[in-house]
Amino acid sequence: MKRLDILVAGVGGQGTILASDILAEVGMLAGYDVKKSDVLGLAVRGGSVLSHVRWGEKVASPVISPGMANFLLGFEPLEALRVIPYLSLESTVLVNTRVVPPVSVSSGNMDYPSLDAIERALRAACRKFFSFDATAVAEKLGTARVANLVMLGAFSTQVEVPFEIWEDVILARVPAKYRDLNLRAFHAGRELLKGGLQ
Amino acid sequence: MRKALLLGNEAIARGAYEAGIQVATGYPGTPSSEILETIAKEYGKEIYAEWSTNEKVAMDAAVGAAYSGRRALVTTKQVGMNVLADSLMYAVYTGSEAGLVVVTADDPGMFSSQNEQDNRWYAKLAKVPLLEPADSQEAKDFVIHAIEISERFDTPVVIRTTMRVSHSKGVVTLGERPPVPKEVGPFPRNQKKYVMTAMWARERHPVVEERIKALAAYAEESPLNWAEYRDRKLGIVTSGVTYAYVREVFPQASVLKLGMTYPLPRNLILEFAKNVEELIVVEELDPFLEEQIRALGVKVRGKDIFPPCGELLPERIAELAAEAGLLPAEKVPRPANHAPEGLPERIPVLCPGCPHRSTFFVLAKLKVPVAGDIGCYNLGCLPPFNAQHTMGCMGASIGVLHGMAIAGLPERAVATIGDSTFFHSGMAPLANMVHNGSRGVVIIMDNGTTAMTGHQDHPGTQWTLHGQPAKAIDIEKVVRAMGVEKVRVVNAFDVKEVENGLKDCLAYEGVSVLITRGLCVQVSKAHGGIYWVDVNACIACGTCFRLGCPAIVKSEVKNPKTGANKAAIDPTLCVGCDACRQVCPVGAIHAPEGKEER
Repeated sequence: MKRLDILVAGVGGQGTILASDILAEVGMLAGYDVKKSDVLGLAVRGGSVLSHVRWGEKVASPVISPGMANFLLGFEPLEALRVIPYLSLESTVLVNTRVVPPVSVSSGNMDYPSLDAIERALRAACRKFFSFDATAVAEKLGTARVANLVMLGAFSTQVEVPFEIWEDVILARVPAKYRDLNLRAFHAGRELLKGGLQ
Repeated sequence: MRKALLLGNEAIARGAYEAGIQVATGYPGTPSSEILETIAKEYGKEIYAEWSTNEKVAMDAAVGAAYSGRRALVTTKQVGMNVLADSLMYAVYTGSEAGLVVVTADDPGMFSSQNEQDNRWYAKLAKVPLLEPADSQEAKDFVIHAIEISERFDTPVVIRTTMRVSHSKGVVTLGERPPVPKEVGPFPRNQKKYVMTAMWARERHPVVEERIKALAAYAEESPLNWAEYRDRKLGIVTSGVTYAYVREVFPQASVLKLGMTYPLPRNLILEFAKNVEELIVVEELDPFLEEQIRALGVKVRGKDIFPPCGELLPERIAELAAEAGLLPAEKVPRPANHAPEGLPERIPVLCPGCPHRSTFFVLAKLKVPVAGDIGCYNLGCLPPFNAQHTMGCMGASIGVLHGMAIAGLPERAVATIGDSTFFHSGMAPLANMVHNGSRGVVIIMDNGTTAMTGHQDHPGTQWTLHGQPAKAIDIEKVVRAMGVEKVRVVNAFDVKEVENGLKDCLAYEGVSVLITRGLCVQVSKAHGGIYWVDVNACIACGTCFRLGCPAIVKSEVKNPKTGANKAAIDPTLCVGCDACRQVCPVGAIHAPEGKEER
């Protein structure tokens, strides 16, 4: 079985942990050995969140080493750029273009790098690059909170895992009354990359 | 067989279930909190679980349950072990009627701790067996082993995880719960075993020494320790999550994997050392294994290659091993790209609507020295407040404040401590201040929860860990009963009230307590509507920015005279706590239409 190392980078409150939990569960049900590690910092208070998800025949370490990530799911542009050392020319990168400004920018004196510069840096560092406003897609469905499922939907087009597994895991992991909304977000994400948007 | 993907901490909870544990206690602390939360949530019918007031209380309660015949488990974060240790020491002398396990979740890398202590030393100090799981499967299995060892040798057992084990998920094969006793008692009247008065404790000490020898013999045969022979040029001794890293970095090397790291299996180590050309130890933090192995007369390297600070992630192990000539340089994973220098960090901030904000705004304004404590309110040490000048450990603030007073400091000083921390270890130092006629203001920031670790309940709240109603202890009555004569209770969401209360207390000659009361916004989910800034009225004075609220952002519009950015409010973040409206000197910030402005 091919080893798949997936990084999920975002900001506290974006649902990155739920997304990486789903990724890990999907990997296990698809027959992989799975390990996952989260670095939360003080996530609830707006900190950076980075999850390592590893699928493989047999996975020892729960963390991915620099230059070894097969996939990066950047839930926020700056957070994607921050973890660029994990990428290689083999990597596929999916980035949500919606900016969540850090306090050091919104009320302090720091500057947020331009989206162009972020995209250029990431594009040069990987093999396949996709960027889209996953938050806007989620908002159209009713709430920005399901942008995480939009990201997962987009990612699902890049790996060969039976669709039913995704669906089962999502249904099991999200609150009952938001099941339909989350599934719609997942589908919307799949649609985004089906046309090969790049 | 049923499999599940579990966090290390969830796996420990499952292990408690499968080990027939019936009582579980602890105090919240990262990275350990999920253990008791999972026990209460998933196995609450089978296992009694509680948040105790502090780790020592938790340990004594578990000891009492184990004396009474119930298998018991205690959880603590790394530094909580220091609080718990006093009770661990006597429990090692007494043993117990049923199994007793202490889980300490250590924090190499200091993601949420004030130091980077290696709790494995406690095993050596207390003479207690120590197990170190490497992943979730072992985290579960080791609880079962720990109970077996505990009951076979009549000793508490310590399980030590690290953040990477506790907070990583892995696939776990699930087992069943064994039969457990329904009834217990009568309580053993075995004074020579359970009363550690000096004359009887003296008789127990040789028992402890004999026991640790027996445990060392057990370690030789234990299924928790094994040697994996591959290429014999390099042999690596390791334990815990570092084992996983070693397997990835040195797939060809022979490995001695130690699941039981105290007491060590002497013969197994000597044999492994004999069978490999070069022996190294890869362990995070202190040379705990290395020093003991060297004491066996074995030539071994370790801390001269791998430093004692921080996590030893695979890439770091590889890089250091390559520098030491143990790995070809091309085997070191190297990033092809580096993140640009100076990217804006996401430093933690008090949430919008946080009840602590007003207190730090006022403390910064009054410029008094502040002895701080452990909790969200430690964020008061950061800009824009810079209003916390010491912070050491749970409960230290009040003792340090007293020290400032007896040192004869001419300034009026303040201690800040949360409600949960006050119950944990703030009451004894406050009693000390009263008794010794001290001077200073103790601010008890009562947000009705243990916020920093994930909003657990405590003796001042109305719920237990099992969700049962509890009697909430009134902090005001407690401090008055302790003899504090000057006590003020203020609304934390009223900045002026906080300022007046603090000034009043600062003017008082003795010990005073200011209780700033306001529910944690993550618990109350309070939303007072979205506020807005009248951009024409705003003079860009920057006062509201000094609240350090993430919802208050720089507007594009500038004051033409000063060039300073005016303020704006991010409608997605504002929860309408009203603090900014209260501090604005020109009345430029407004509540949403229809909301009465105080």
